[in-house]
Amino acid sequence: MKIKNRKTKETTFPWFGMDIGGTLVKLVYFEPKDITAEEEQEEVENLKSIRRYLTSNTAYGTTGIRDVHLELQDLTLCGRTGNLHFIRFPTHDLPAFLQMGRNKHFSSLHTTLCATGGGAFKFESDFLTMADLELHKLDELDCLVRGVLYIDSVMSSGPLECYYFENPTDPDQCAEKPYALENPYPLLLVNIGSGVSILAVYSENNYKRVTGTSLGGGTFLGLCCLLTGCSTFEEALEMASQGESTRVDKLVRDIYGGDYERFGLPGWAVASSFGNMMSKEKRESVSKEDLARATLVTITNNIGSITRMCALNENIERVVFVGNFLRVNTLSMKLLAYAMDYWSKGQLKALFLRHEGYFGAVGALLELLHPS
Amino acid sequence: MAECGRVDSNTSGHTMDKSITLPPDEIFRNLENAKRFAIDIGGSLTKLAYYSTVQHKVAKVRSFDHSTKEAASDKLYEIAVQEEVTARLHFIKFENAYIETCLDFIKDHLVNTETKVIKATGGGAHKFKELIERKLGLKVDKEDEMTCLIKGCNFVLKNIPHEAFVYARHADSEFRFQTTNPDIFPYLLVNIGSGVSIVKVESEDKFERIGGSSIGGGTFWGLGALLTKTKRFDELLQLASKGQHSSVDMLVKDIYGGSYACLGLTGDLIASSFGKSATADKEFSKEDMAKSLLHMISNDIGQLACLYAKLHNLSRVYFGGFFIRGHPVTMHTITYSINFFTKGEVQALFLRHEGYLGAIGAFLKGAEEDNPNQYSWGENYAGSSGLMSVSPDMNPMQRARSGTFDMLEMDRLERQLVNLPLLQDASSYIPDTVDLTEDAQAREYWLYCFEEALDGVVKRAVASQPDIPEAAERAEKFRQKYRHKLQTLRHQPFAYGSLTVRSLLDTREHCLNEFNFPDPYSKIKERENDVALKYYQKAVKSLDELSWEDRQFAIVKGVLAGNVFDWGAKAVSEVLESNPEFGFEEAKRRLEERPWLVDSFDQWLERLKGPPHRCALFFVDNSGVDIILGVMPFVRELLSRGTEVVLASNSGPALNDVTNSELQILTERIAAMDPVIKSALREDRLTLVQSGSSSPCLDLSRLDKVLAMVVRERQTDLVIIEGMGRAIHTNYYAMLSCESLKMAVIKNSWLADRLGGKLFSVVFKYEVPAGKAH
Repeated sequence: MKIKNRKTKETTFPWFGMDIGGTLVKLVYFEPKDITAEEEQEEVENLKSIRRYLTSNTAYGTTGIRDVHLELQDLTLCGRTGNLHFIRFPTHDLPAFLQMGRNKHFSSLHTTLCATGGGAFKFESDFLTMADLELHKLDELDCLVRGVLYIDSVMSSGPLECYYFENPTDPDQCAEKPYALENPYPLLLVNIGSGVSILAVYSENNYKRVTGTSLGGGTFLGLCCLLTGCSTFEEALEMASQGESTRVDKLVRDIYGGDYERFGLPGWAVASSFGNMMSKEKRESVSKEDLARATLVTITNNIGSITRMCALNENIERVVFVGNFLRVNTLSMKLLAYAMDYWSKGQLKALFLRHEGYFGAVGALLELLHPS
Repeated sequence: MAECGRVDSNTSGHTMDKSITLPPDEIFRNLENAKRFAIDIGGSLTKLAYYSTVQHKVAKVRSFDHSTKEAASDKLYEIAVQEEVTARLHFIKFENAYIETCLDFIKDHLVNTETKVIKATGGGAHKFKELIERKLGLKVDKEDEMTCLIKGCNFVLKNIPHEAFVYARHADSEFRFQTTNPDIFPYLLVNIGSGVSIVKVESEDKFERIGGSSIGGGTFWGLGALLTKTKRFDELLQLASKGQHSSVDMLVKDIYGGSYACLGLTGDLIASSFGKSATADKEFSKEDMAKSLLHMISNDIGQLACLYAKLHNLSRVYFGGFFIRGHPVTMHTITYSINFFTKGEVQALFLRHEGYLGAIGAFLKGAEEDNPNQYSWGENYAGSSGLMSVSPDMNPMQRARSGTFDMLEMDRLERQLVNLPLLQDASSYIPDTVDLTEDAQAREYWLYCFEEALDGVVKRAVASQPDIPEAAERAEKFRQKYRHKLQTLRHQPFAYGSLTVRSLLDTREHCLNEFNFPDPYSKIKERENDVALKYYQKAVKSLDELSWEDRQFAIVKGVLAGNVFDWGAKAVSEVLESNPEFGFEEAKRRLEERPWLVDSFDQWLERLKGPPHRCALFFVDNSGVDIILGVMPFVRELLSRGTEVVLASNSGPALNDVTNSELQILTERIAAMDPVIKSALREDRLTLVQSGSSSPCLDLSRLDKVLAMVVRERQTDLVIIEGMGRAIHTNYYAMLSCESLKMAVIKNSWLADRLGGKLFSVVFKYEVPAGKAH
């Protein structure tokens, strides 16, 4: 597809990349810091106001948030130096975002808006009718892979983008350690958003979607809302951090009194998620926090299990987990690290990336600057 | 991460009537001879197993001692009804609520005092240990659940044809049964109890739990109870069957507006289970949540099962456990999931007796000294309940009741059964020509046909025991039993696997045996044999006078005409009974003129001009004119050509089919008249073997081991199958690895019509497998 108004030499500002998922919209914005006086003169008022609005606030409306800790400063992109900002808001607030775009006459900038995620397709006509914006739609997995590889490559100077947990099976010794993702291939890339996609990546341009599961972040939050009456991911995580899943789940030791040695199953392993909830008495004795914790553990372990099987089937030993389910969710990351290590007897390594859910949006931005 | 077994029940809350009156002789049968008990107590159902011996009347024929000529009088042979003891396995499934009542009943009727131990398995075995020991005075000996499950699974897969099936909710028949593959290993068993265990089974004694998942039946039940405040598992399933998951789940189209085409993900695919319920301000219906939960769990299990199947390169995947146990809803969602994740490469298989596996396995563990695995066993259709229809629309209480006492009985077969070594592809062999489960029109006809014939069968049964006054009463019981079976099959054609003419006939034989009518045709057969023997020499002489080519045709005509004599076929039994003068010549005259409906006589004749066959295996059909005047001259001709002949006849009686013991006597008598037969017997060029069957039809995948050995040793290169039951109802399409000849007269106008012919049309099907032409 030919993108309109693209100058071969230089792409006009503003530079955005957008990823419209089932739950969240992820937006990356490049703020040029090397604007010359001449440019400043030419810059239209609209553009200035957008830049000022985005960079001087950390929250937008009631639900938009800029993840300041993720900001990449002094980044050189396409010959320009500036800061890369990471912004998110719920997909259901997309109409408000479009309204804002309309108010700020975004369309008059004649820019191309590169967007990925299912919403790029679903809301394409809304962008056009509500904000007079034409989207350049991109495949989400292409963007994801591109974004991951790019961010990892530019982060070599500062704190490393990639990290893992040392001693994942020992809670006292378990610690986050940086990981240099050189020679990253082959790589299993597990993107946990509302649902889960698992990709096997063999090179920058060679990857395949191995499988996916509908038990993802959306399931965790959806079930938590139904079970506990909470309404946000943060609330659900907070409750989970205070609960005890073993009151909800039936463990191997609940059935066999200890390990099930004949099959090498440790007593602490979950035999049946929510299995204790078959009993009325136990249903009445658990707390909301316990239920939130059990939901988190169930979803996380299941992702771990499917990932491990894919790694075995694809013969890949390194697994990178990304996606917004992992945002501020050390609990799940440690569970994944533990599960990968324990069930593979140390064969598999679980890796995590700091920019968790933004890679699709970054990939979309890169597509704007360097169309592939 | 899973428990192989079942869960603490939550059924205490429901108001099942515990003080039931058991119809003892119909449920816990043969308790007086029972020994070796085993019990499998699950979350809601108890399965009891025991071994017993059954006394049955059997008809035996015995040759008279010919040295005392006068004693022989005019009788051909002696028919003696004897008591025979056979071994039977009983399995009974009932609600845990009845366990105490059942134990009391067993205690009161148990005679055998040698039994000291009861093998037990299942999650509830521990809970009821004390009760069992106190009530029965037997020591409870616990066995590992998984081991029992696998042992049971191997046993049913090996011994019960049509054990495994594929489920297709919207197909003409929901259950598509798999043909028995003698090679059952390796396979994957996915047991969905409260958790999921995935077990790879490589041989009788070698299995390994290769994985599992904590998201299983317990998750559906526990999480479902929290979400919907519905306590019972069955009620949850019922809710689920009425719900719309799309109001709770986030679908691909909710994110994309349509499909995600470049990945081939359709819009209706679930992207995020419960993805739409991530909000505090919306209410969701119980039905919708239950449905969403069911999809989530079924899809997840299906996905893991596929990943394990792929990793271990296994294509046969069986599903079991209380989550599945005959529930159409879960069978459907699991099937859907497996189809989706393997793109149709792997089929989800379910088992008809899935609920009994643990009990069967526990029993086998306790019976190892009797070597039950050395025998072949057969499902007794008379004593087994068959697969229940468990429509999700049915009220769960009703369902629980209908399944209150479910029974499975298996008879130990006298002979060990194996494949005919001459099958072209044993794994794809299907004995039956028409599957009545799938063909509603054919089913309607045959069920009607068997019901119509019932009066005649009852009459003949009574007539076969003229000196026994209570025969009429027993015959009446037989009528009720068989009529009830036919009614059941009308509503649940899948109850005993694929419904076929063969299974209808076999069920009738089982019911007759159950009421001690082992051989209603014994006297008729004797009379017919006697009459036919008188004509043998004359028949042979007139054949010998013919030219070679005329003789070959006359011999074939003789077999076909002889085959018209058949009391089993409705059209013929009417003619025979109304007109006893109807003779062999009349039958020949009535025979269809060539070209026959299926006619490869010319090719056969051409073949006969070539070198003789090494050895012919001949599956014979009826007594009397058929075997004596039809088959024997054919055999005689083969022997004269230098071909060895193996005559295979039924081990036990079925209709007027000649049995092996009858044929022994008949052959001796013929040998006394005919030097060709005599020398062939003496030189072992003519051999009589039993088929291992007591059916008017023929399953070439379940034949006597000795027969298979003889066939192999003699390098058999020709198989002849005669008669409607063996060559048309079954084996019409059977492919053999050597030359074969199928000969029959169609004595049923409906079937004739189906095959494009008319009543008394002739099938003469001579086939040579590709690449074996002479």
